[in-house]
Parts: sequence; C-alpha cells; structure tokens
Amino acid sequence: MLLPAGFARAQAAAADFYDAPAFGNVSLLHITDCHAQLRPIHFREPSVNLGVGSMVGQAPHLVGARFLEHFAVKPGTAEAHAFTCLDFEEKAGVYGKVGGFAHLATLVKRVRANRPGALLLDGGDTWQGSGTALWTGGQDMVDAAKLLGIDIMTLHWECTYGQDRVKEVAEKDFAGTIDVVAQNIKTADFGDDVFKPFVMREVNGVPVAVIGQAFPYTPIANPRYMVADWTFGIQEENMQATVDAARAAGAAVVVVLSHNGMDVDLKMASRVSGIDAILGGHTHDGMPAPTMVANPGGKTLVTNAGSNGKFLGVLDLEVKDRRVTGFRYKLMPVFANLLAADPEMHAFIEKVRAPFAAKLDEVLAVSEGLLYRRGNFNGSFDQLILDALMMEKDAEIAFSPGFRWGTTVLPGQPITMENLLDQTAITYPYVTLNAMSGEQIKTVLEDVCDNLFNTDPYYQQGGDMVRVGGLSYSCDPTAPMGRRIQDMTVRGQPVEAGKTYKVAGWAPVSEEARTAGGEPVWELVARNLRARKTVAAPRLNLPTLKGVDGNPGLTA
Amino acid sequence: QALAEWNKQAFDAKTLDDAMKAMGAEAPANSGDVQIVASDIAENGAVVPVQAVSKLPKTEKIAILVEKNPSMLAASFDLGPETLPEVTARIKMGQTSNVIVVVKADGKFYMASKEIKVTLGGCGG
Amino acid sequence: MGSPMKIRATSKDGVTEIKVLMSHEMETGQRKDASGAVVPAWFINEVTAKLGDKTVLQAQWGPSVSKNPYLAFKVKGGQAGDKVTVTWVDNKGDTRTDTATVS
Ligand SMILES: [Mn+2]
Ligand SMILES: [Mn+2]
Repeated sequence: MLLPAGFARAQAAAADFYDAPAFGNVSLLHITDCHAQLRPIHFREPSVNLGVGSMVGQAPHLVGARFLEHFAVKPGTAEAHAFTCLDFEEKAGVYGKVGGFAHLATLVKRVRANRPGALLLDGGDTWQGSGTALWTGGQDMVDAAKLLGIDIMTLHWECTYGQDRVKEVAEKDFAGTIDVVAQNIKTADFGDDVFKPFVMREVNGVPVAVIGQAFPYTPIANPRYMVADWTFGIQEENMQATVDAARAAGAAVVVVLSHNGMDVDLKMASRVSGIDAILGGHTHDGMPAPTMVANPGGKTLVTNAGSNGKFLGVLDLEVKDRRVTGFRYKLMPVFANLLAADPEMHAFIEKVRAPFAAKLDEVLAVSEGLLYRRGNFNGSFDQLILDALMMEKDAEIAFSPGFRWGTTVLPGQPITMENLLDQTAITYPYVTLNAMSGEQIKTVLEDVCDNLFNTDPYYQQGGDMVRVGGLSYSCDPTAPMGRRIQDMTVRGQPVEAGKTYKVAGWAPVSEEARTAGGEPVWELVARNLRARKTVAAPRLNLPTLKGVDGNPGLTA
Repeated sequence: QALAEWNKQAFDAKTLDDAMKAMGAEAPANSGDVQIVASDIAENGAVVPVQAVSKLPKTEKIAILVEKNPSMLAASFDLGPETLPEVTARIKMGQTSNVIVVVKADGKFYMASKEIKVTLGGCGG
Repeated sequence: MGSPMKIRATSKDGVTEIKVLMSHEMETGQRKDASGAVVPAWFINEVTAKLGDKTVLQAQWGPSVSKNPYLAFKVKGGQAGDKVTVTWVDNKGDTRTDTATVS
C-alpha cells in the first residue's frame, strides 16, 4: 500500500504517541462534546475565534498559524491538521476522518492499558447531534457511553430531551455504571440537588473527587420548558463549598468535569480555591496544552478537549502525600485510519444505525465546496441553511443559530440526510417566519453578540454569533453592548428601525413556538437541496469586522 | 412587635432617590460588607433568585431593589435580633438592570449593587 | 385564603434554616389580559414569620416579587420540634397562616 508521506510519518509517530507510558499514579481520561458522532467524521476547526478584553490572543482564542505558534505544534503535521483549519481540504484527504466511537474505544483501551484504574470522564453534549440520537431519544449514545466505559458524566444538550428523560437514564440505564454529577443543577422549588454534586473514586489508593458542572445557561440557550423544574447557573459560591466538602470528605485530588465553556472555566479557576484541574468542554476548543491559572489557594489546570469525538484528553497526575506534585497532559487526536475499529463497538454502532440507514444515506445533493460550521460569524453549512430558509420561505432575512457542533463535508462529496441531520438534529427544530422591526433585529443581534463578546466571561454563553442571511452589517466585538452592530442593510438599503422585515429562522426556544409547531428545518433544507441537485460553494454572508485587526483569533 | 405600616411611598417611588428617601436611607454608602449572591444572567426574568447578605453587626433591615422595574423596591425585611442577616427571595426583572441591596445596621444605611442581565436566549455550543 | 404554603425548617449546629414557598399570583398591575384590559395589581404585601412565639422576620413586599414567592432565611437558636408560623397578607386583605415543625 502506498501511503502519502505525511500519513506514513503520522502512522509511525502514532504508536509512540498513543502508547506512551503513563506518568504518576492517577490518570483521568476525558471526552466531551462528541455530539452523538458514533462514526468517523471530518470536522474543520475555526478560522475565526476572537478573544476580547483580557482574552485577546489567549487560549482558546487562537486560530491557524497563531495557534500552532502558541502551542508549539509543528506545521504540516497530523496534529496541526487536527487542531487547526490550515489547508483543511488537502490535509483531510491525507489524514482521513477523525473520531468515531469504535476507533475511540480502541484508543481508550490502549491508553488504559498503560494506566490501570484510570477514570473515563464525559463532559456532556453526548446524546445530541445525530439523526439516530434524536430518533432514539439519545438511547444509542446512552448505550455507547456504557460500552465505552464512561465512569462519570455531566450535562448540557442531554437536557433538551427533557428533565424526565435525563432522570430516567441517570437512574435506570446508568444505575451502577455511570454517575451523573452536577453541583449547579437544583430543583426550582427548594433548591435541592437534582444530581450528586460530586463523586469520590479511589484511583490506585488515592481518593479522587470529581465535581460536575453542567452548562450554566441551559435554560437560556435551550428551551426552558425542557427543564422547567430545574435551575442552573454558574453557582461559584456553591462550587467553592462543594470543593471544600470534597476535601473535607478526604479527597486528595479534586477535579471539576465542566461544561462551562473555556473562558468561564478560566475565570472560575482564578476565583475558586482547591481545584487541581478543570476538565472543560462546551466551547469545542481543542487545546493541546492546559492553561495554568493562579488563585488564592494555589494553581488550577484548565483544559478543553474539543468536540465531535476528535480527541481524547489524558491527564496523568503524580500524587504524593495527599497532594498533586506533578502532571502530564496530552490531547490525543483520534485518527480513524491510525486506530483499528474496536469490533464490539463497531458492531453496536452498525446495529443501532441499521433501522435508519436508508433514510440517513439518502443523497440530497452534491456539494462543490467545503461545507463546515465552526467560526464566530458564519460557516458554509450555515449559509446553505440560510439560503434554503430564504428561498423556501420567501424571506428577505434568515437567522440560523450559532451552534458549534455540526460535521464537515468535503468538496465533491454528496450531502446526505445524515450530514444534514448532523447540523440540525434537535428536539425543537421548528422553522419560524416572523415579521420583525428593524429595531427588533438590532436588539437580537446585539443580545447574541454580547453573549459571545462580553468582556466578563461569566456573561458569555459559549455559542457563536447567530448566522444571518440577507442582511449585511458590521460588527465591532470590542464595543459595548448596544454599539457592536452597525451599518445594517437589506438589499443595499439601510435597515429602518420602524420598518418590518420578513425573517425566517429555526430552533426557537419559546414555548409558544413549540405549540405553533413549524416544519422541522431538515425537511425544508432537504427539499431545497433535492431540487438543486448540485450545490455551488455558498457565498458566506460575513459582517465587516471592526476593532479586531491583528487579533490572533482571526486568520490573516 | 407591631407590624409597621406598608411603605406605600417607597413601593410607588419612580426614582431610586425617592425610593431610598422613603425608606429613610438617603445616599447610603457602598459597602463591601453588603453582598449580593445572584446569577450574572437571569435564567428567567420572571423568577430571579437573589440572596442578600450583610456582614455588618447589628443589621436590622435588608431591602432588595431593581433599578429598572416600574416598582423598584421589591422587598424589605425587618430582622429579629436572633435572625441572621442573610435572606433569599425571588424577584421579577423586566430587563437587564442593577439590583441593589440596602442594609440598615446600627442605625446607618449601606448598599451594594450588581448588574443582572436579562437576555433573549437561544444558540449554544 | 389561597393554597397552603410549603414550609421547610431544619435545625443544624444551633441555627434554624427556614424556607417558604407561597402560592400567589403576584399580579403587578402592569399586565394586560387577552381583551386588552389591565389586570389589577394583586400581590402579597406583608409577611410575618415566627419561631416558637418569637417574631423573627417581618417583610414588606411589592409587585416585583415573583409569582409563587419564595423566602429563605436563618435564625440563631431553635431546635427540632419547635414550631414555625408564617403569615402573609395581600393587598386585597386576603391572608393565610401555615405552620411547620423544625426537623
Ligand atoms: Mn457542545
Ligand atoms: Mn454545550
């Protein structure tokens, strides 16, 4: 077999990398935000991930060459491909697909072989993101998580199946196998714990406390009616109390399994004492190295393990005399071509997929361009959705949510129903058509923009900017709320505050929208794609950016 | 202990100054000993949990105000001598606003304020 | 009369924590119904809490307190078996008293 030079080198290096001996005596393996991707996929990392205020140029707000420089990753390598968008199309051809639970399972077993007693932690966003997950109520992922050997997990998108479903899985499917932890989910009446705030596990004789931190803004970013009897929030004071309780209960190591998003984790690490490491997710930032954060109690490592099953985080700790004295961290890319599929997991995946295979494999159209989603302002797959919304609903403007999940389709590849569902499979997929005033449009854009670019991370919700079709605007991320969005025009005409515009959208969070019950967005987009057959590379509608020249979160 | 008459003037006040005056608290000093424990972003503007804590000795009264609500003064609590100076309530917020806690301790007034954001929601990672 | 309150009172390390959930619409007087008519203000405006015979907290509320109000506070002293009594009065003169036992 003739392998491209880059791939052959990667294969040789992989054995050393994946099988490297452990350090210390306590190991924690971490996956997060796989978004129900059971099979290997392509996933392009962002070319725009801007930091503002004190976050300019700090991890995770680095892209492309600046990312490689910061983390000393050699350009042109397999790792460089996994962590950045550089030469994405070419390198995707060389290194192939990433992730897939069968390949991940093989890696987990290999890594665990060198690390007896290692815990496998799942940061959440596991049950949502594919057609099969949606149609089985997350059951395929629940069973896959058990098969993979997850020990402890926390939550975000899981909650969009409703609080009763989450409780059912936690109490029945996971009984005796997986602990769901969340110090920040409480009952809405008396504020009681819904899940255990933390669990204590012995790892090679060392008591390790794993505290759960669910996504704090679940009832805001997703429909509140799904979790009507629960409250969330960052709950920093309660986090400190939980850390103290874990230490009092004898924990020699305290880690937080977090779905805060990385900027929130970094701030929390600077203010809460006694945490050894925060293993983070939600913002889908694959960070090759942890950030060390100082706080009044000492230092805390903050990691983020990317998304879509691309990575396995491996944190090795040396614990002596009941304290952490050293660490090694690796974020291992899961290259499907370098890791044989685990037969048991592979068989499981094929089995759960079989009843839906015909529907998932339908070719809707062929894409001439690269279709991806990640980036602060727009992605080509989002643009495809926006174009479909405007065409099918005869709307002058379209909005599509700034989700950070969604896999990548290479140029020349068919767009299957499965690819489309990777972008859209949610439990509130309704298409909406609203008459909005210019003023309302501005308010929406400012509101979402502040969730992304507030200089205080605790006010950030960890998504990207709402994707916009039909409307041109400029954006100054460094301006205060209310002044970031300027120069709005539709068809070359300035948007008037008092004039109404026809706006199509999807994924509404209000309960009224559920009652109204619009068409699922994948049906609308599928109809549009089938009619088009061949789809030219979408022309990205991007805002004119201001105030961010030279920002390392922007590719040159 | 007789119940004080409901402070209509304070609850009807249309400016922060008027509300403070009606409570007998003109221009209270900002104090680090007055703390507001609340989420930075409200999950639901109709139900915003706010814990008001005073570290000041002889705290006898704690009040919670929402600057941008039509009725600014939300609640005022008179504490018995054995009652700890920390109360939790759930309040309504029509829009992003400063929440202000006013404390009367040893006859003097102190305050703290915290912005709580009320957002439209949607989107996510 | 309204629906009963849910009261939880627990004593730990010499401090009694009292949590109360009341059932009340707490109409602001700002809201309009489907026909466009203003729904009149209707809200709890006074709350009194007793631990045993002692009044430990008196509150005055306005319409900015949430529907189905929640109140939590702590009192030095008190022990299991003590009685907690909470009374509310609303702006229409309706009133309700409920009791609970400290556990
Ligand atoms: Mn995610
Ligand atoms: Mn998430």
